[in-house]
Amino acid sequence: MESPALSPQGVTARQRRWRRIRRVAALPLAALALSGCTVPSFGASAGVTRSSRSVFHLWQGFSILAVIIGGLVVALILWSVVRYRRRGDSIPKQSQYHIPLELTYTIVPFLIIFGLFAATMVVENKELANPTTKVTVDVNAFQWGWRFTYPGHNAMVIGQTTQDPEMVIPVNTNVHINLTSSDVVHGFYVHAFNFSRYALPGVLNQFTFRAVQTGTFDGQCTQLCGLYHSLMFFRVKVVTPTQYQTWLASFTTSSASSAASAAQKALQSQSATNVPTRITTSRGAN
Amino acid sequence: MKVESKIMLGLGCFFGLIAAVYWFWGRDSTGSIMIVGGMLLGFLPGGYYYWWSRRIATRPEDDPTATQAQGAGVVGAFPATSIWPFTLAMGAFFTVLALVFGIWFLVPGLALVIWAAFGGVAESRRGGGV
Amino acid sequence: MTDVLERPLTPEHSPQEEHGPSGLLKWLTTTDHKIIGLSYTVTSVIMMVIGGALAEMIRFQLTTPNGTLVSLAQYNELFTMHGSVMIYLFAGPFAFGALANILVPIQIGAPDMAFPRLNALSYWLYLMGSITMLSGFFTAGGAANFGWVAYAPLSNSTYTPGAGADLWIGGLLLTGFSAIFTGVNLVATIFYLRAPGMTMFRMPIFTWNMLVTAILILLAFPVLTAGLIMLYADRHFGTHIFSVAGGGVPVLWQHIFWFWGHPEVYILALPFFGMVTEILAVFSRKPVFGYKGMVFATLSIGALSLGVWAHHMFTTGVVLLPFFSIMSLLIAVPTGIKIFNWIGTIWRGQIWFSTAMLMAIGFVITFLIGGLTGVYLASPPLDFFTHDTYFVVAHFHSVVMALVLGGMGALYYWGPKITGYLLNETIGKIQFWFLFIGIQVFTIPMYMLGLDGMPRRMAVYPHDPQWQTLNDISTAGAVLIGLSTVLFVINIVVSWKKYPAGDNPWDGQTLEWFTTSPPPHHNFYRLPQIRSERPTWDYNHPDHRALAHGVPETPRESEQVPS
Ligand code: HEM
Ligand SMILES: [Cu+2]
Ligand SMILES: [Cu+2]
Repeated sequence: MESPALSPQGVTARQRRWRRIRRVAALPLAALALSGCTVPSFGASAGVTRSSRSVFHLWQGFSILAVIIGGLVVALILWSVVRYRRRGDSIPKQSQYHIPLELTYTIVPFLIIFGLFAATMVVENKELANPTTKVTVDVNAFQWGWRFTYPGHNAMVIGQTTQDPEMVIPVNTNVHINLTSSDVVHGFYVHAFNFSRYALPGVLNQFTFRAVQTGTFDGQCTQLCGLYHSLMFFRVKVVTPTQYQTWLASFTTSSASSAASAAQKALQSQSATNVPTRITTSRGAN
Repeated sequence: MKVESKIMLGLGCFFGLIAAVYWFWGRDSTGSIMIVGGMLLGFLPGGYYYWWSRRIATRPEDDPTATQAQGAGVVGAFPATSIWPFTLAMGAFFTVLALVFGIWFLVPGLALVIWAAFGGVAESRRGGGV
Repeated sequence: MTDVLERPLTPEHSPQEEHGPSGLLKWLTTTDHKIIGLSYTVTSVIMMVIGGALAEMIRFQLTTPNGTLVSLAQYNELFTMHGSVMIYLFAGPFAFGALANILVPIQIGAPDMAFPRLNALSYWLYLMGSITMLSGFFTAGGAANFGWVAYAPLSNSTYTPGAGADLWIGGLLLTGFSAIFTGVNLVATIFYLRAPGMTMFRMPIFTWNMLVTAILILLAFPVLTAGLIMLYADRHFGTHIFSVAGGGVPVLWQHIFWFWGHPEVYILALPFFGMVTEILAVFSRKPVFGYKGMVFATLSIGALSLGVWAHHMFTTGVVLLPFFSIMSLLIAVPTGIKIFNWIGTIWRGQIWFSTAMLMAIGFVITFLIGGLTGVYLASPPLDFFTHDTYFVVAHFHSVVMALVLGGMGALYYWGPKITGYLLNETIGKIQFWFLFIGIQVFTIPMYMLGLDGMPRRMAVYPHDPQWQTLNDISTAGAVLIGLSTVLFVINIVVSWKKYPAGDNPWDGQTLEWFTTSPPPHHNFYRLPQIRSERPTWDYNHPDHRALAHGVPETPRESEQVPS
């Protein structure tokens, strides 16, 4: 018997089965051992918010399992392909059922699935929690740009296509987003946040995040919204709380706010005639 | 016929179950109604097959020991050729074009559909098929 | 020994059969499931070539960050029509129109489909629907451009006026009815026209999968049709079902679309699972491992697929995340059973690496990648992070390109049955390697791009020129895939009527290999006794019946009769 792992029948089946069970049990242990060392990123990145990091860890967990299971299956296929290529005209044993084996590969995946679901729920509940926040930003998506307003303040940033309007937020602070759309469905996506959410017409979508690192991060519309969908960019600028306050204060002068609303008017008349510019003119409206 | 009815009834039961779970968990009427639709699509034919399976003797195709001889006899009437499917499809095509290019396409569209309906029925009467 | 009786099936023939029409009129009037199936095969493969040509244009547009091959507007048409053609006009019709139509009646020993004229109607509706949808390219405003999912309110007449969108809706209505009729026909055929002894649990796995597919069609397609009618009404009759302005709910369209759309994913995939299962068994010279488990896995995939639709809507923020997450994850279990059963089937076999077998093994590996990445997407936090990026595009292309592999395998395996001639195996194997390597070179960079944040449906990516290299590699893969299709066409030309197949070139196991190639009108001159799901194998190898646990499965009374 050349192939102990999957022998369909025989006297030693029980021994083999036991060996197999031990092997299966070893996999999560190996995964654990792996996670003790530096776990590879599997192509994703940790991001710059609190929840982006837990999403990243979830991603790593899923990936370890995927690599183990995928590797096992590919190894089995390659083994059969090499080992059982046709040699002569004999007819192989016509075995068709092996109930214990079949039960194993029904039940083990079930357990794995419930494990994955539990992990998912933990991360999801953290990510979608709505803690109390001091900073709120109203984000409004439209064809083909973004408007960021700060309730209670005069600050307003608006820009479309490659003008890249910039949403300024303080670091290490819970920021609450009220996401709306004024026309079709758009997608609010910031890669560094490992997060996206649709901007749906007629629906107020709310979520909270907490950036843990300053910097400027790219965002983009991810849901097809018409002609200039590819160019519907924005940026998120994470600054220190003091910088944030200074930035907010710069809008209290009436000149700034009137400048902003003038810019908004200009944009609205533009989008009314549907000729958004493809040339970068300025970063945001302020 | 028993296995057939069990499959459909089984699907119906499963859909009924998830419709209930989904409704009591999420209270989303759109989705619940659609799953209930699925449940009915399981129960209606399944119930019919079940009702029928109790009234007929085991069919040769349900009998694991049947011989081919048991299937001898007329299987059904199978039409060899028919132009009516094509006519009907052309009628449907023009009807759809009416949705796009204007109501006047309905004239040839409906004419062909009606013609095909009559033609097809007449063909069946003459023993042309199902 | 099993004895063979002269064909006992005597369907009543219409009088005109023997001297029926010929030429074009024959094609227009035929109700023979094999000819209709062949028409479906040719049409759907042409659709694959059209969809593939659109895909190559997409890929070439993306070779530079500011591609200028097409305009932004044309790009939106390209991916919309690429997705629509591939899903609505190629993959589905190829599976349940072409292969199922030809094979299901023969595999269960039936003379034809239950409703031959309805079958012909299905084909003509499909053809006219395809023409309708594609003709959008020739209208002034161009073809539909709102993505293959047509999300409201982008798809309403304010944001997408024009005939292209209406032609898209019209074409879908026609092909939708075509699919529903085929579904009805398949269920009726399988339930009512099986040969004596062909019990449900002796049907070949392909037929089983087609049964579940057909049931899913009947569950899902009416919902799509209803949705399309509402969409049309919104566009032209001033209703506001999907627009906020008049008190409608845009998300309703997404619910309706995906309530059809997710089962549709399995309507596409299950037939190919079936094809591959049969190919793997035949070329390993073994029975399908875990036949019953396979059937239950198929049924549970079908059942679960009705309860997972909103995993496409996780990022809307308005769906019940845990419910759809666990339901979607659960589908991994029966899918895993299938994969392990496939390995069990080739395990300890005598594997013959014909082109069909290579394609089938390539299918399993490629589908495995698509399946594993699908598990990520069932987890809402991971979906938030990859949704609408190239990660998703890569995921579903691993799946659909696996289907292309399986479909090609099916053409190499069953083509000879229906044409009577084999294809050239050498060209076939070269085609396989182009296709298989091409798929991986095409998809793997897209996974990486998605994880790096490249959204889908981008005509240009001016801010992120660093994505160019990966995009170029992906395009190279797409070129390899394109070349494999060219090789396939060359192969058809080169082997045209050259290699006669004989009735059973592969030592097949199921009933289609018992009859002639091509099968006669009404399929059989004679039928063997049916005592397992492998009647032809049992007939050819009476001493090598399937073993359940080392013993022959059931004592077979009729065999006790000495021959
Ligand atoms: C030669 C092989 C193929 C290539 C090179 C290819 C390429 C692509 C690319 C690059 C996209 C993304 C376009 C974008 O988001 O900007 C895409 C989208 C898509 N493809 Fe393919 N594809 C191929 C085969 C297939 C097949 C066989 C199917 C289905 C059976 C398919 C179904 C789709 C669908 C549904 C979309 C989404 C369209 C949308 O976003 O509305 N593709 N394809
Ligand atoms: Cu967009
Ligand atoms: Cu889905």
